Amino acid sequence: MAKSNILARTGNEAMAEAMRQVNPDVVAAYPITPATEIVQIFASFVADGLVDTEFVPVESEHSAMSACIGAASAGGRVMTGTSSQGLALMAEMLYIAAGLRLPIVLSDVNRALSSPINIHCDHSDTMMVRDSGWIQIFSENAQEAYDNMVQAVKIAEAVKLPVVVTTDGFIISHGMERIEILDDAEVKKFIGDYKPEHYLLNFEKPITVGALDLTDYYFEHKRQEIEAMKASTPVIIAVGSEFGKKTGRSYGLFEKYKMEDAEAVMIAMGSTAGTAKVKIDELRAKGLKAGLLKPRVFRPFPKEEIADALKGAKAVAVMDRSDSMNAQEGPLCLEVKAALYDKAANKPVLNYVYGLGGREIKPEDIGTVFDDLFEASKGKEKPGVSYLGVRE
Amino acid sequence: MAEKTKKIKKPGWKELPEADLIIGGGTALEFKTGDWRSERPVHIPEKCINCLTCWAYCPDSAVIVKEGKVVGFNYDYCKGCGICMHECPVKGKAIKMVPERDAKTETRK
Repeated sequence: MAKSNILARTGNEAMAEAMRQVNPDVVAAYPITPATEIVQIFASFVADGLVDTEFVPVESEHSAMSACIGAASAGGRVMTGTSSQGLALMAEMLYIAAGLRLPIVLSDVNRALSSPINIHCDHSDTMMVRDSGWIQIFSENAQEAYDNMVQAVKIAEAVKLPVVVTTDGFIISHGMERIEILDDAEVKKFIGDYKPEHYLLNFEKPITVGALDLTDYYFEHKRQEIEAMKASTPVIIAVGSEFGKKTGRSYGLFEKYKMEDAEAVMIAMGSTAGTAKVKIDELRAKGLKAGLLKPRVFRPFPKEEIADALKGAKAVAVMDRSDSMNAQEGPLCLEVKAALYDKAANKPVLNYVYGLGGREIKPEDIGTVFDDLFEASKGKEKPGVSYLGVRE
Repeated sequence: MAEKTKKIKKPGWKELPEADLIIGGGTALEFKTGDWRSERPVHIPEKCINCLTCWAYCPDSAVIVKEGKVVGFNYDYCKGCGICMHECPVKGKAIKMVPERDAKTETRK
């Protein structure tokens, strides 16, 4: 195992630290709360000469992602960061980055989308672009934010797909934690040099990027992109385990917490998973068989793996920190239900839409969900979708 | 032309370069821009006075001139806009526009 350095860092600082160690060729970014600090801190690394990066301050997030696409097409290792409205403004370019198969890494600090205007955490921004072709990795805390950023570079370049790493706005981004980071040289060794097969600045092997692709070829290129997303699963697992060998912190597609004999299982992403663990420990102390499944990778969605992990569960609660506005379940719940349907697993799956616009979720709230789950597992009828923490 | 296109087997997704890349330089040369034409100009040499007005006006440089005389059109690049026919000063026109579906029988060399 490699030596680790113990630091006190917020989520934003942890992500900026990872970016410093990656030392990308280009960072193009525009500030937005609560992600501003990531690129602000990074800009000071550039000013202080700690990185070799060409930093491009742009006039909007649309331009930020456009500049990232240009730089990545040219052959550079490229990173950026944003949040909420910024990610929404990038949406058009996010699809282009994925379609052009550019391994850009983006840190997204999850924040509610307007309207009403709000700067606090929910997952509606990341969920809005869930079909854009980006690999999506969620972090539970600042440590995972750092670890995921480092791994994201390696994953993106291996599968030629862009990766977004998320943290929860303010909860993680501005909360200070004890984190462990690798030595700069270790990160450098882990990610290796970036050697794209084709790039615009290679004058020996000229290419055309972004050619018009009508009825004759578009479908074939999209099929390639779908295949890349499928093929990313084993890469994500391999990179997570290699990272584990270096740091002692292994990563997979999702984390299982006290799942072995769990009858009531909660599925939650991001910082809420930490709150759930606290409650589950309490419930376990009382002899109740509660467990947590924390999806780390939302795109690609680990459908079969999650269905397998839920085999022993008698009732499942899926926590959605965003709503699909489909008058049904939230996005995470729909994916989980689809996974269970294919395994013909007929068990109560309760959906809880919670925490919109940064509404707090406390261990007591998690407790009420588990109360529901234990009742549902005994056959009691429960509502399919509940809005946890909203005032009636 | 339509017949020719049918015979070309287009590459499947496993064969195509990734990311919509076109590998190599100068590939625009291989691209025949006239493949979406719905009408083609046909030259009528008996009426032509070889004033070369069509040659001067053609936006795709698709009028073929040899030794000062119009000899035909380059259908790889002619988009069938009809400007040549429109500008032809000859009474009764030395160029006529023919629908592509009838072109096989109507085209003269």
